[in-house]
Amino acid sequence: MHLPIYLDYSATTPVDPRVVEKMIPYLREHFGNPASRSHRFGWTAEAAVEEARNEVAALVHADLREIIWTSGATESDNLALKGAAHFYGGVKGRHLVSVKTEHKAVLDTLRELERQGFTVTYLDVQKNGLIDLEAFKAALRDDTALVSVMLANNEIGVIQPIAEIGDLCRARGIVFHVDAAQATGKVEIDLSVLNVDLMSFSAHKTYGPKGIGALYVRRKPRVRLEAQMHGGGHERGLRSGTLATHQIVGMGEAFRLARQEMAAETARVRRLRDRLLEGVSTIEAIHVNGDMTARVAHNLNVSFAYVEGESLMMALKDLAVSSGSACTSASLEPSYVLRALEQPDELAHSSLRFTLGRFTTEAEIDYAIDLLRQKVGKLRDMSPLWEMAQAGVDLNTVQWAAH
Amino acid sequence: MPLPVYFDYNATTPMDARVRAAMSPYLETRFGNASSRHEYGRAARRAMDLARQQVAAAVGAHPTEIIFVSGGSEANNLFLKGAAAAFGKGGGAVAFSAIEHPCVLNAARQLARQEWRLIELPVDATGRVTRAGIDDALARQKPGLWSVMLANNETGVVQDVAAFAHSVQERGGGWFHSDAAQVLGKIPIDFRALNQAGVHALTLSAHKVYGPKGAAALVVDKRLDLIPLISGGGQEGGLRAGTENVAAIVGFGVAAELAASRLKELSARLSRLRARLEAGLLPLGATIFGIDAPRLPNTSYFSFAGVEGETLLARLDRAGFAVASGAACSSANPNPSHALMAMGVPEALARGALRVSLGAESNEEQIDAFLPALKAELAGLKNLTALQDESRRA
Amino acid sequence: MSYSVKVIDHYENPRNVGGFDADEAGVGTGMVGAPACGDVMKLQIKVNDDGVIEDARFKTYGCGSAIASSSLVTEWVKGKTVEEALTIKNAQIAEELALPPVKIHCSVLAEDAIKAAVADYRKKHSA
Repeated sequence: MHLPIYLDYSATTPVDPRVVEKMIPYLREHFGNPASRSHRFGWTAEAAVEEARNEVAALVHADLREIIWTSGATESDNLALKGAAHFYGGVKGRHLVSVKTEHKAVLDTLRELERQGFTVTYLDVQKNGLIDLEAFKAALRDDTALVSVMLANNEIGVIQPIAEIGDLCRARGIVFHVDAAQATGKVEIDLSVLNVDLMSFSAHKTYGPKGIGALYVRRKPRVRLEAQMHGGGHERGLRSGTLATHQIVGMGEAFRLARQEMAAETARVRRLRDRLLEGVSTIEAIHVNGDMTARVAHNLNVSFAYVEGESLMMALKDLAVSSGSACTSASLEPSYVLRALEQPDELAHSSLRFTLGRFTTEAEIDYAIDLLRQKVGKLRDMSPLWEMAQAGVDLNTVQWAAH
Repeated sequence: MPLPVYFDYNATTPMDARVRAAMSPYLETRFGNASSRHEYGRAARRAMDLARQQVAAAVGAHPTEIIFVSGGSEANNLFLKGAAAAFGKGGGAVAFSAIEHPCVLNAARQLARQEWRLIELPVDATGRVTRAGIDDALARQKPGLWSVMLANNETGVVQDVAAFAHSVQERGGGWFHSDAAQVLGKIPIDFRALNQAGVHALTLSAHKVYGPKGAAALVVDKRLDLIPLISGGGQEGGLRAGTENVAAIVGFGVAAELAASRLKELSARLSRLRARLEAGLLPLGATIFGIDAPRLPNTSYFSFAGVEGETLLARLDRAGFAVASGAACSSANPNPSHALMAMGVPEALARGALRVSLGAESNEEQIDAFLPALKAELAGLKNLTALQDESRRA
Repeated sequence: MSYSVKVIDHYENPRNVGGFDADEAGVGTGMVGAPACGDVMKLQIKVNDDGVIEDARFKTYGCGSAIASSSLVTEWVKGKTVEEALTIKNAQIAEELALPPVKIHCSVLAEDAIKAAVADYRKKHSA
């Protein structure tokens, strides 16, 4: 078994060897610039780009003309939100609606739009991480131009009711954006049925390479965007810049594999995740974060009471797991997603996100369970808080000498 | 069918085998997200740190001055829009040369919508941005933002950027950017010296120097205030969000190091090859654009009176030579090259423009095969034109 | 986060984890920090009739540096008089463990724990 065991597939995934295979010619002889129209190097690259576009479209039941290449889901989110807000802001209004547990790429972009004069309502989530549709309805206004709600949450894996949200938005003529970076290859996405206008995708969360993503832009009814990257007019003027052929080819192949293998893979990963949950559940004083039903199969997010996060991570150096979302884990502040869940009021706990994937094995899960039991036990033996809790002391009643 | 001879290195370059070898572990085994705190993440972070040092060293910058982005277009957009946004609304005037890459021109045009005044700096007949244009802009408008490319992608003409930036610096200031995407690995770049002269930002691109597509950098003087184009997880010091493209960045680092280490040898070789090419072009009646100006050693941009460029390109492709009509990204554009129009080249001649850009795998045999092929295609086209003229007269 | 060899050693093999009966004569107990701040240290000293610290125990909720800092002070205070123990300064702890600037507060907390334990011992002793 290779240590540390990788259980952080929501941060990023390895590129599937079959995807690498497909990319290699474009790192070698087929190196042309897809925008070169005067020779075969360019034509070959362009054909590969279009074939990949078709694969991305096929996974989500879209038309290939609805897929715009970007450098990743973060750029897709930026293009969708800024592009639609700038285009519709003057027409429909300057109010936007989103959720407190969205990815930073959405939240920080909305903050930027607030700086530019837009107003944003950030919805709370319920204790299970899901938004309340009544609260959502109540947040919509006549001047609401755009709604952004993610499909699957990156930290707790819960799946928001985007079909219902889409219907509500469509009925009121509001543009609806969905960040689906964590959902491709994990849940069925059918854009021929969903009332979704814009959807962000990432390759590197679905066994494709980093540095490539896509934005779905609905054609019927047509959604308009203001471009955010200007230049040679690539991607029908919506996103200029030389297309990274090998990365695009990789994303196409990764999404093709996702389409073919999703059903079997999800079932396998779900069994492993449930095994992990069962094992972790034998540890006292734990709490599973987020709804377990409306949830992607590969995610488990657990809080361990009375152990501190950094020391837990240090104890678990043989497990590559995340204590928050990868983008924010450089700072020690508790994850804003978990804070939004209004945790049961234990004063001290630390949370771990386990995300399983294509290459996770049963042996790895069993190893992880053993290690967790052992290390959480060791840290609790060392924890004065655990000692107090065992003695029946309510930590909320203690006068702490704050320093 | 064998692949054609590649003469379009300014559009993109084949990846060097060393670059590819350095990248491949970061796809499959060392695949971590550089923001993750576990070993997979830290390994990716270390690799990026090294790449940052390599890119910085190649252009005489400090690693903390490198912002990795997805491409040259993004770097140029980031400078113009990011610096403009930091000024607040309607910050004043933005000056840029008439021959900038479309990503600079179109990003600047966007600024016009936010009440920025645009000043296009003229070029002379040789393709050089004129001193008079700079002086005039300084005298009339005092632009807050400047963008003048270090060398043009079509003509290869090298601009006197340090001197221009120095003048700007001396006379009121303004943030000065230069697109150096075509320059890395062809002529030496010293960001320290440029920065002292008054250049605050440089655009570099990996895929123009035998690195991968998907990685580029904006080299910035940290006094320059930028509002990010892409918001999110706070990567690249908060200036460029999004999971880092580790493999491509690793490739960029190796490519930059390679570019600097073989610059002298490669440039000398390419300039000899180009001389051989142009010695053959002139007797065929070619007008070579920018030939009287200092140029990048690998680029030759030329036209034949009365010959339609697109037709000739197609015939050359069939004959086994991949050449370009101008900038790759605008080759779908039916208009003649904006750079040539700015130089005052007659439209008919501009429409016939062909660009041969040489690179690491170019050699004498290729040049020696190209010249007779070109001659034959030209002759063929002239016969065809004569035939058409005859039939029209008949 | 990269830890020094000494931090890792104390973290993986903490010295003197545990506790004494707080009501026992000669035992001083100090509890410092707060769960909301991310670290709580409990330090206990057992002082003999000559005023010498014979033994020490700790329990810490906190990061690796906090655990290492408290483990280290249990070793340092042993054999010292309470007066001598009070001369241990956070800078010495930080230096010994090569704590990075962001972890200096852990050594401060360990110094505070000594003070609190001694204060508790003295309070009981004078009573």
